[in-house]
Parts: sequence; C-alpha cells; structure tokens
Amino acid sequence: MTSAHEPGQHSEVTLRVNGKPHTLLVDHRRVLLDLLREDLDLTGSKKGCDHGQCGACTVLVDGRRLNSCLLLAVTLDGSEITTVEGLGGDGEEPHPLQRAFLDRDAFQCGYCTPGQLCSAVGMLAEAAAGHPSHVTDPAAPSGRPVALDRPEIRERMSGNLCRCGAYPRIVEAIEDVI
Amino acid sequence: MTGTTTGTALGAPAERREGRQKVTGAARYAAEYALPGRTHAWPVPAAVARGRITAVDTSAALALPGVLAVLTHTDAPRLAEPEDGTLAVLQGPAVPHRGWCAALAVAETPEQARAAARAVRVTYDTAPHDAELTEDHPAGYEPEQAGGQPGRAEYGDPVAAFAGAEVRVDVTYRIPPLHNHAMEPHATTAQWDGDRLTLYTSTQGGTTVRSVLARLFRLPEEDVTVVAEHVGGGFGSKGTPRSDVVLAAMAARHTGRPVTLAHPRRSLPTVVGHRAPTVQRLRLGAHPDGRLTALLHEVTTHTSRVKEYVEHAAGVSRVMYATPNLLSSHHVVPLDVPTPSWMRAPGHASGMYALESAVDELAHALGMDPVELRLRNEPEREPVSGRPFSSRHVVECLREGARRFGWAGRDPSPGVRREGPLLIGTGVAAATYPAMVSPSTASAEARPDGTFVVRVNAADIGTGARTVLAQIAADALGVPLDRVRTEVGHTDLPPAPMAADSSGTASWGWAVHEACTRLAAHPEEGPTVRADTTGKADADSPYARHAFGAHFAEAAVDTVTGEIRVRRLLGIFAAGRILNARTAHSQFTGAMIMGLGMALTESSTLDPAFGDFPEADLASYHVPVHADIPDIEADWIDEHDTHLNPMGSKGIGEIGIVGTAAALGNAVHHATGIRFRELPLTPDRILAGLLSERRR
Amino acid sequence: MNGFGYLRPGSVQEAAEAYAAHPGARYLAGGTNLVDLMKLGVERPALLIDIGRLPLDALEELPDGSLRVGATVRNSDLAADPRVRDRWPALSQALLSGASAQLRNAATTGGNLLQRTRCPYFQDVDKPCNKREPGTGCAARAGVHRDHAVLGHSEQCIATHPSDMAVALAALDARVELYGTEGTRSMPVADFHRLPGEHPDRDTWIRPGELITGVLLPAATARVPSAYRKARDRASYAFALASVAVALRVTDGIVDQVGIAFGGLAHRPWRARHTELALLGGPAGPDAFEGAVALELAHAEPLRDNAYKVSLARNLALDVLNRLAPAPAPA
Repeated sequence: MTSAHEPGQHSEVTLRVNGKPHTLLVDHRRVLLDLLREDLDLTGSKKGCDHGQCGACTVLVDGRRLNSCLLLAVTLDGSEITTVEGLGGDGEEPHPLQRAFLDRDAFQCGYCTPGQLCSAVGMLAEAAAGHPSHVTDPAAPSGRPVALDRPEIRERMSGNLCRCGAYPRIVEAIEDVI
Repeated sequence: MTGTTTGTALGAPAERREGRQKVTGAARYAAEYALPGRTHAWPVPAAVARGRITAVDTSAALALPGVLAVLTHTDAPRLAEPEDGTLAVLQGPAVPHRGWCAALAVAETPEQARAAARAVRVTYDTAPHDAELTEDHPAGYEPEQAGGQPGRAEYGDPVAAFAGAEVRVDVTYRIPPLHNHAMEPHATTAQWDGDRLTLYTSTQGGTTVRSVLARLFRLPEEDVTVVAEHVGGGFGSKGTPRSDVVLAAMAARHTGRPVTLAHPRRSLPTVVGHRAPTVQRLRLGAHPDGRLTALLHEVTTHTSRVKEYVEHAAGVSRVMYATPNLLSSHHVVPLDVPTPSWMRAPGHASGMYALESAVDELAHALGMDPVELRLRNEPEREPVSGRPFSSRHVVECLREGARRFGWAGRDPSPGVRREGPLLIGTGVAAATYPAMVSPSTASAEARPDGTFVVRVNAADIGTGARTVLAQIAADALGVPLDRVRTEVGHTDLPPAPMAADSSGTASWGWAVHEACTRLAAHPEEGPTVRADTTGKADADSPYARHAFGAHFAEAAVDTVTGEIRVRRLLGIFAAGRILNARTAHSQFTGAMIMGLGMALTESSTLDPAFGDFPEADLASYHVPVHADIPDIEADWIDEHDTHLNPMGSKGIGEIGIVGTAAALGNAVHHATGIRFRELPLTPDRILAGLLSERRR
Repeated sequence: MNGFGYLRPGSVQEAAEAYAAHPGARYLAGGTNLVDLMKLGVERPALLIDIGRLPLDALEELPDGSLRVGATVRNSDLAADPRVRDRWPALSQALLSGASAQLRNAATTGGNLLQRTRCPYFQDVDKPCNKREPGTGCAARAGVHRDHAVLGHSEQCIATHPSDMAVALAALDARVELYGTEGTRSMPVADFHRLPGEHPDRDTWIRPGELITGVLLPAATARVPSAYRKARDRASYAFALASVAVALRVTDGIVDQVGIAFGGLAHRPWRARHTELALLGGPAGPDAFEGAVALELAHAEPLRDNAYKVSLARNLALDVLNRLAPAPAPA
C-alpha cells in the first residue's frame, strides 16, 4: 500500500451545490455523482448504472439536466449544481413536482425518483426554451415554447428508467405542474 | 388520506409513509451508510466459463494508491458450507461460470477499488465448457421438484388423447434469458464490531440474510444485525442473500474496516440470477365445441453447475383449464452458465406466455372467440390436486375486461386492420398466480399517548409495506390510521419471511392483525403483544388458492420497420381484498409494464462461446422507457375469500406480469396474421416475418 | 481506471501542443463516451486535455449561407437551433433520435463524431476484439451480432458506428474541420470514418493529436428537403438497428439534388453513392427509388443473424424518399 494521493492526479475544485459553496481536492477520476455521494454525503442522487444508461443520477448543472455519473468533477470548477435535496430550495415545503409525485404515487422503490424529478425540472425548462424533441412536429415553428402533451413528456423523460413501472404515474405528476 | 375514522383504513388509498423521504432524497439505501472509516470493495469477475484459478497476482493492484487488500480464494475468510452454492465465494479455485468472483479488491475509495480490481492478474487452467441449451441435450433430466411442486404431473392418457383430438395445436415457444435489473444494484455495507456483524443491505428479506450470514460466519444469529430500511427494487433477485453480502462481510473482516460493496451493473446478469430461458412445447387437443381433450405442456430450461434451479413454467397448466388428459413436465439441462433464479412471477410469467398463446392459437383453429374458448374450459376444481378453489373469478375478469375494452364485435380476422403503414390488432390472455402465505411474527405496542407501534421485519421493496401494514393494524385495533406507526426493515424487529412469492403482505399482515386484535381485545396483555402465526399460516389448506386476472391489449405494427407500439393495455384482476387502492394500482400497472418489456423489448443471449450475456448493461438490455408505455389501465373486481388470511387478501406483486406478454403476442398475431413464437417481438423478427409472409 | 493528469488549455493551439507533448493524452469534451470507456477499462489515458471550455461552442453563419458548428456545441443546442431545424432538418431529427436528453445536453458535435462502437465485445476487456486489441480476433463474427454491420465489414471487424448525427451530416455534405500542429484541414464527414479493413482499431482518418474544431454545414444543402428516420428496439433511448438520412430536391419531377446515408449498417455512416448516382437527373418516384436503393443494398453481405438489416434499410430509405418527393402533378 502506498499513500492515497498520487501527485498530479488530484486538483482542487469549487462548486456550488444547492446554493452552498464547496471547495474540495478531488481525484481526477471522481465523477460528480461520487463527489455528491461520497464527499458531500448527498446520497439523493442515485447510482443505477454508472454509465449514463439509466438516468438515476440526473442532476441540474447550471440549470441543465445531465447524468452526473459521466461528469468528471474536475471539469466542473465554478459550476452550480442542484440535486434532489435542493429542489425545494431552503424552505420546508417540497418542490411542487415532489408534491405531485406524492399525490400521484409516482414511484415505488424510490431509487429512480430523484433522477426522474431532476430530469423533469430540466425538461420543463427545455420545453419552455423551445427545445424540440424526437416527437415534435418538424413543421412546428422553431424557437417557441413547446406544449407538452403526453407523447412529448414520455419521449423527453425516456432517459430515466423506472423498473417498478411507475411511468404512467410520473407522466401524470408532471402534467399536474405544467 | 390519513383516516380519522376507524374500521375504514383497509382498502383506502393511503399515501406511502416513506414517500416524502423518497422524493426529497433523504431515504438511505444500502450503499449510502457512510460509516466512519468506510472503504469500498470491487469484485474481479472470472474471465473463463469453466476452469480453475491457478494463480492470482495481486502485486500490481496492491501497489496502487489507496488499496487496502485483495482477497483471493487462498486468504479469504473460510465460510461454513452454504446451502446456496452461489454464496461459496472465494472458497476455492474452481470457476463454475464466467463472472464468478475470482478476487475482491478493497480500497479507500470506489475509484481506487475499481482500478485495483482491474489490475489483478488471474491465471486459469481452462476447461472446455458447454453453455448452449438444446432441447435434446444429453445432460438434460426431469427434476423431482419444480417451484416447490413435483417436476411432472400427469393424468389420463394425454398423448393418445391428443393424437385422437379433432382439433389440434402443437406449437413451441421460446423465451430468452431475462434480467431483473432492479434500479438499485445489489449492495451491502458491512461492519464488524468484535464478533458482531452489522449489514446494511439491499434485500427482500432481512431475517433470511441474518440466518444465512450467521451460519456462514458461524455466529449466533443475535450477533448479526441486518438493516434494510429502503430497498431499490428486487423483483426476486434480492429474495435470498446474494454474493454482495458475503463479500462485503468478508472484506470488512479481513481489513477491519467497514466496507461497501455495490455490484457494478455489468456484473448483475452473471451474479444475481436471471429468468432462465425456456423452450415450451404446447399440445392442445379439443372438441370442435372448444372443450379441451388434452393439454400437454413440456418445458426445457437450463440451470448452472452451482445449483439446481428449475423455471417451473409448466405449473400453470395444472391450474388453468379443465382437461380430461394432462401432462405438465420439466426438463432441465445443467450447463456452465450463471445460476438462474427468481424473476417476478417465476415460472408463471414464462408458462402463461406459452399457454395463453397456445390457447389463442386453438381459438383461431376452432374459429372461436378466444374469450369464449376460455369460458368453456373453466374447471370446477383445480385440475391436478382436485381441490376446490378458495375463490376463482377469472371468468368475471375476462367478462369485465371485455366490456371495458370494447371486445364485443371484434373482427377475429387477422391481418386486415390497416392505418397507412400500420397493422392494428387486439389480443387477450388470462393470468394466474398462487396466493401464498408463510408464518411470521409481529408485535403491537400501545403507547401512553394513545398511539400504537407495529413492528415486523418486513422489507419494503417498493410495495408500500409500511403503509399497508399500518392500515391492517389500524382496522384491527379499531383506531384511526394516523395513530399507527410501522417499523420495518431491521432485524431488531420481530422476525418475518421475505417479500417474495407475492406473499409478504399476507404473511406479515396476518401476524400484525393477530397482535393488534389481541391487543385491542386484551389491553391488559400489553403494552406490547407479540404474535406468531406458525401453525396457522402454514397449515395445510383444503383449498387451491390463486389470484386470477385477464389482460387485453391493442398493438400497432409498423410494416416499414417492424416496430411495435402498444396502444392500450387493460388488466382486470381478482386478488381477494385489495388493501390499498393506490399502491395496489401501482403494483399492477408496474408489473404489466415489465410484461410489456418481456413481450417487446427485453432480450438477453447466453453466448455459447463465452458463457455469459453480451447484453450486460442497460444500453443493450432494453428495459422499457417512458416512450414505450401508453396509458395503462388496471382495475380489480371485488372478491371476498374467507379461506386465505384474516384480511382476505391475495398477493398482487406478480400477477400483473403474468399473461401480459401473451396478450400482446396475440394482438400482434391479430394485427399481422403471423404467429411469432419467440420473444421478444423485436423489429428484426417482425420484419422478417412480414417479408416471408408477403413472399408466400 | 488508473489515475491520470488533467489539463485545461487556453487555446486550440495549446491543446494540440499539450497532446503532442504527452503520450497517452486524450481530448475530453462532453465525456459521455470517453468517461464511459475509461470506466470499462477500454480507454486508459495518462492525461486528459479538457477542451470543453475552449471557444469552440459557437454557431456561426458564414456569408455564403453555410453554417459553422463549433466542435463543443452540445447536441441538444444544435438540434434546437432554428437555423438547423429550418435549413437542415435531417440533422436536427437525427440528433433528437439519439441517446437521451441528458446525454444530448452533454455530448458535443466533435465527440459525437468520434464516439466508438457499442459492440459488446469491444466493451468487454476480457474478450477478444481486434478494434480494442489488434490481433486478438473478432468475437462478434461467430458470436452475438444481430446489431452489427452488413456493409463494408472485414474479417477483422464487423462493428457499426453508433452515431445518428454523423449519418445526417454525411447525407448533407457536411465537412469536418481539423486542427493539428501541422495546420488545419477539412474533409467531408462522409469520408471521415474508415472501413475496418485490416486496421479496425482506427475508426477515422483523424491524425494523432488532431482536434476537431467544427463542422461546416454547406449552403448547397441548406433548405433542401431532408429527413432522418431510425428503427430501434424500443421507442426511445436505443441505438439504431438501421437508420437513413435523405436530402432530396425534385424539380419538375426530376431529381436534381440527392444525398442519402445509412446508419447502423457499417463501420461508418454509409453514403449511398450508387443510389444517388442512379437517381440524379432521373425521374423521382416509387419505382425509381426502389431500383436505386436496391443498387446500393446489393452490396450488402449480411452475417448469420442480421440479414433483416438489408430489408429494414430498404424500407426506411423508400419511406423517407417517398415522403420527401413532392406528389406528382395531376395529369
């Protein structure tokens, strides 16, 4: 066994996570997901596949939804991260989407839920910004907000797997906050 | 709904009690206990399908930063011999299948552990392997037991009766290996305090984990604590302990530090079990009026060299239909493959795909409506056992489903409904799953403030166990629901059986009901009353106890690409008393979605050259996504059954997947006029079928 | 993965110099494929050169009507750009049919072109693969290869290129722009990826250390009707079994411009030159399309389990061609 640190393979990064600044010395191999879970004990973001294939680790980075398992933390210096723990802001009240998930029973085991929630928040912003999806009519005018009907929500949320099969309830919960 | 009145909690759509923790990220799962000094373990999978480890060179791994140890079969703690051979990890040099744990790296961080595992050099003495299932494999045999029942059931003279039948269907269906892939990978955090072991683990049954681990490490059970507060799904694969628990405990013992081991997603297909592939030959003989004269259901499947597991797919034919001549049998081939195990509705999901597809083929051969054909073969008693059914409302499910789906007036002609490039069809299938129950203990405590605490080491794997047990307790105590708290998921609580076989709520609930009923009737026995249903829950029943259901599906087949989109899916179930309308609905629809995946998207391959599954990740093993799922309806009919348990409930976690794939396959036949007899119904198969049909 | 160094250069030139100075270096942008492969042990860089913050993230309209797409423009931003949607719709559609929203938010234009095959044997370091480890053999040829190539494969390798975006770019005559210490150059996207031949370890014609700086969408294909269609195993979030991008302009019933590329069939986006040649200058219509597509697919050499891809590609191409062709004027 040698020392835990190898020279040149660690760097200092500063991130804001759910509004709070954190400065850490990170192993270059460390992805944002492990930084959240291991360094900050923010375990709401889940490790389902560790390869960008399930969406359970989805968080918002500077407002965009991303798979935190594929983001090397060292590349994120200066970024603003929002995780499921920060969706509700500082208050006691959960985010309206979290409330809608409870009302609709939009989860069972709960393991994909934080990713579904962060993904949905990101999705609503994308649609408002006029981002099309695979099912958007190509003839629809560019650059205008896209109305989210069920096919749109389903397509846009398809990067978040749910093995319990809560999909129909998740779509309803998202509709509740549109 | 919190319930401010009494006696009305059961059946109410009460909100999940742990819901708020789950939506805020506060709920902790097994790998999320950051104990002081916690380290991380990473397994080294064997890279051969059969052989012996001749050397393990750990020097490069140990030289890496942060690496604490590499456990091998020569230095890992010695275990007592397990009943389940898959747990005998690092106990010897033999490699029974590819992916078997060859060594285990432990390091300060997950990154360091992964790097160390990669740096371990294992040398093998490789032996020839056989990983290819064939129907005439010389090693195949008929198992004595399949799914707890005799491997073979037979009465009458089925072969002769089939040969003499006026209408005959003789068809073979194939289902590939399938993977559970719960969203939370199998994970354990282990900590030793002297000779006391604490395990935070992702399991469907903490009591079982404790007894198995105590035996393996030769400890008194009371020295093993198992915590499983939140479990990210299991679907059978976390029913009994898997290697993560044993390896984490070994690594923690070896290093003297707490250890977390979360199996990498790519390891799960080889180390946690899979739904075994089946080849199912169905022979149905019938009178022209539709009455069956013979039913033969013969299943060929595989198991590993580690232990015998039989995918008991032919069992459903002993329950479903009246027939004067029956054969239901299994044939299992031991191969050099990963060990198969339970996956949601083991046996039944596979068996009912084949049986209910064959029944549809028979309806077509008879020129009879497939709902009507099923009604005509309704048995008075359970065919093989001769027992009366405690309740059986499959007819009512079929009729109610047909009404809601708009089945009446359906044109039975296949391949005639076109919408541009799409072919549209509808299909139906029945469902069944046994209503099982096991003994459990539980306690109920009356608190001075007028509230009650119910304790049972149940596992809430997403079913809503905490919630429904509180509902059972509230009604038995005669108090409002919000005065009852439930504690589950910890071995300090009264021991309980696992969340499996759709029997969790019935088993735990019976004990909770008994404890609460006694506490209500005899408060002087309190403040805490403890119940044990041994001798009651496991008493022989004179009844055949099963849940039933019916699925109706509409599918559109794209003739350009062979892609199938499900338009509608309706399931109607008869499962005794439904104890929580909200969570029950979620379980039914969720299982139907897994059935949709089985029918259309999920496929794995046992690669004969290597003995494992190339579809090892979630990019190549296609779990359905949001876009695959249409509006799904699930509902139930009121069923009152007094022969089950004090709640009158049957299990509901699995029946939703049973029959879904057949309903979809039958809809695809109705759409295209082609019988596809191998799952899943992926574009390659559909397109090839459409083209060969066109050429005919 | 073992530890590695990390460097964030201030300019394209610095990046290229750093690459030249460090054996075992890799450029990192979105990381959606590279980090994945590092976790698998397929990629083992000694140094990551982070080009994610270089000023390569702009979309720039050039005076001649072409559009330069910076190498680090994210896939989702490119797909949503009104100019792309209106002028090169096949590109937007291709991007939106790939991966998931989260991955498209991270993945970049350059990285998408350089992504590596999803062949399961390539991804498993315990199995032979000539692409990953030249000389070890191809396990897919006798193994599980339903998803593999039917065109242009070799004894050494039957992998397919997984990109959707690159297929549209190939059909739209886009050019990839490269920067190296020896200068800049550009080449058609359709020629950027190689066939496996004897050297399947090389996916593209990029030179060691060269950096993709951008992609040029030419004015010549702007506003030419175009579309992308893909078939897959589930409704979303799956790689193509086969796909097609078509740009087609028909004037007075005559094809006067056409670009067709297939995805999922080969080691590179497969530009259907035989089809294009047969169509160009001739009448547009179902019969002409059918004959022309057959000319291309006649070159297919399916493997044991992937012959369906030939029919699938044919159906997809005919469907898109017929949709893009204006209905014939009433007689």
